[in-house]
Amino acid sequence: MLLALPILLPLATAILLHLLPQRSRLLRVVGFGGSLSVLVAAVWIFVRVQRSGIQVLEIASWPAPFDITLVADVFSAVMVVMVSVIGVAVTATAFAGVDPRREAVGYHPLIQVVLMGVAGAFLTGDIFNLYVWFEVMLIGSFVLMSLHRTRAQLHAAFTYVGLNLLASAFLLTAIGLLYGQAGTLNLADLARAWPERHTPGLDAALSMLFLTAFGIKAGLFPLFFWLPASYHTPPAAVGALLAGLLTKVGVYAMIRVFTLLFPNPHAIVYTVLLVLSAVTMVVGLLGALAQHDFRRVLSFNLVGHIGFTTIGLALWTPAALGGSILYVLHHMLVISTLYLVSGLFLRQRRTTELGALGGLYRSQPAVACLALIPLFSLAGIPPLSGFVAKVAVVAPMIGSGHYLLAAVALCVSLLTVLSMARLWEESFWKPAAMSVSSSGFRPRLGVAMVGPVVFLVSLTIALSAFAGPISRVTARAAEQLLDRNAYVVAVLGQGGPRAAR
Amino acid sequence: MELLLAIIAGALYASGLYLMLRRRLAQLIIGLGLLSHGSNILILSAAGVTRAKPPLMTVGMTADQLADPVPQSLILTAIVIGFGVLAFSLVLAHRVHQSVASDDIDMMGPDRA
Repeated sequence: MLLALPILLPLATAILLHLLPQRSRLLRVVGFGGSLSVLVAAVWIFVRVQRSGIQVLEIASWPAPFDITLVADVFSAVMVVMVSVIGVAVTATAFAGVDPRREAVGYHPLIQVVLMGVAGAFLTGDIFNLYVWFEVMLIGSFVLMSLHRTRAQLHAAFTYVGLNLLASAFLLTAIGLLYGQAGTLNLADLARAWPERHTPGLDAALSMLFLTAFGIKAGLFPLFFWLPASYHTPPAAVGALLAGLLTKVGVYAMIRVFTLLFPNPHAIVYTVLLVLSAVTMVVGLLGALAQHDFRRVLSFNLVGHIGFTTIGLALWTPAALGGSILYVLHHMLVISTLYLVSGLFLRQRRTTELGALGGLYRSQPAVACLALIPLFSLAGIPPLSGFVAKVAVVAPMIGSGHYLLAAVALCVSLLTVLSMARLWEESFWKPAAMSVSSSGFRPRLGVAMVGPVVFLVSLTIALSAFAGPISRVTARAAEQLLDRNAYVVAVLGQGGPRAAR
Repeated sequence: MELLLAIIAGALYASGLYLMLRRRLAQLIIGLGLLSHGSNILILSAAGVTRAKPPLMTVGMTADQLADPVPQSLILTAIVIGFGVLAFSLVLAHRVHQSVASDDIDMMGPDRA
């Protein structure tokens, strides 16, 4: 039952939000309470998994390969905790005020629907169910993206919808072919059937289909173009939600499906993934340097750093995979924080164009120092979490003799420093643009605006301070991922029934 | 039968992708629809087509006397999801048409005022 809570609680909250009298204060409190309850459940699951290993829930109590199972290993549990943390921060920003028009058409329940879809995708142990959760999450995010009127926003929404639906079609195709080959949809059962169903040609085709589908969602080169075209238009809280969670679901699904279904580290798909990850880093960061809008720079940084999170899978060693998982955690926190920071700019200056920002250090020194932490963390300046995560990714590369790759990763880190320094200089340090200083328009930033940023920044600091224990957790997650047998036994039991064809 | 289904699925994929590459919004949406039909037929044919064996178990029947019910339920789920998504994209296209007054995706760009 416990495993279903991160799915059921947001669902219950979303239904409740529709039924309650539509008073915005009440809706905000209920939405926030809902995500807090998910956080409690997620931490509880994490503790359970840490104490007693992989947790399995068989929905409807059918034996494992015949029903939909929910499975939580360390990786899933950590990801669910992160989802709920970001959910709490995003729902807390609602107290600072939401556009009344959005609130009237269901802003609060939609946030819960997205959280439910993401948690479901992290917990499911069934590949078709994974597809269904992807769709739940996408529909929620589609509606959040397209509650707009302006032309740029509609254009962004359409790009986002079209390309994500294309990815879904690819995923469905791959799942259909996989079912035709193996006769089962349960991930553990598929993993166990691998030796019998293994045919190099079809495996290569299937893995490429999965790579394309998850690559579009994750934002890998050359499939990422929908992301910078769309993530800079929605309000900052929605941007933080989508940027923090959705690409990471693609990365999670890629790691989960590939470690279970394609356990041959010498397969061609891993070489392709290695090259694509490296190119993603370079292209993303070069793109970031060419942009002149705070959120567009962030979007390109988001893409560039996805490369760090997929490269561990391509290298296929416990150390590299653990490093990538640590990077995912760090990146989720920091990117969401920075999108929330862009919300502060929107509140103060009504824009995130770098040209129109500036002078914020003079007017808001505390906020400027606060924003410095996630910016420097993303850049990887010690002792912040970005540095720890980058070491965890790059050290295994050097250890396994991928010197060129390590050089690329380090050069990209340098570009990130440049990009982050430019963001801080342009938005805080340089003198304010004339039009702003003369208008005297300075709305105050309330606790509800700054509070969620402080919350996420303190978690970033905690991630840096407790880097040792946390990297032990991610290392364990990686070991579990590469030990397919333990997963299979946990779900199916010793020699449990095989789905018959 | 399987050959015919495979050809139909291929044709649906090809025409769906072709339509998605066009500039008109309506064609993009029709392309998405065709693509999802294509993947439904692909699921049906990949899992094996059986003739006149409904998946209803009576006493004394063995599994190979039945059609596999799982692909059918997968397709049913996919049809429902596809229907919802299609309805949503049509509404979105309508909104775009209202605000841009054009069916051309390139006219929607932020720099084309």
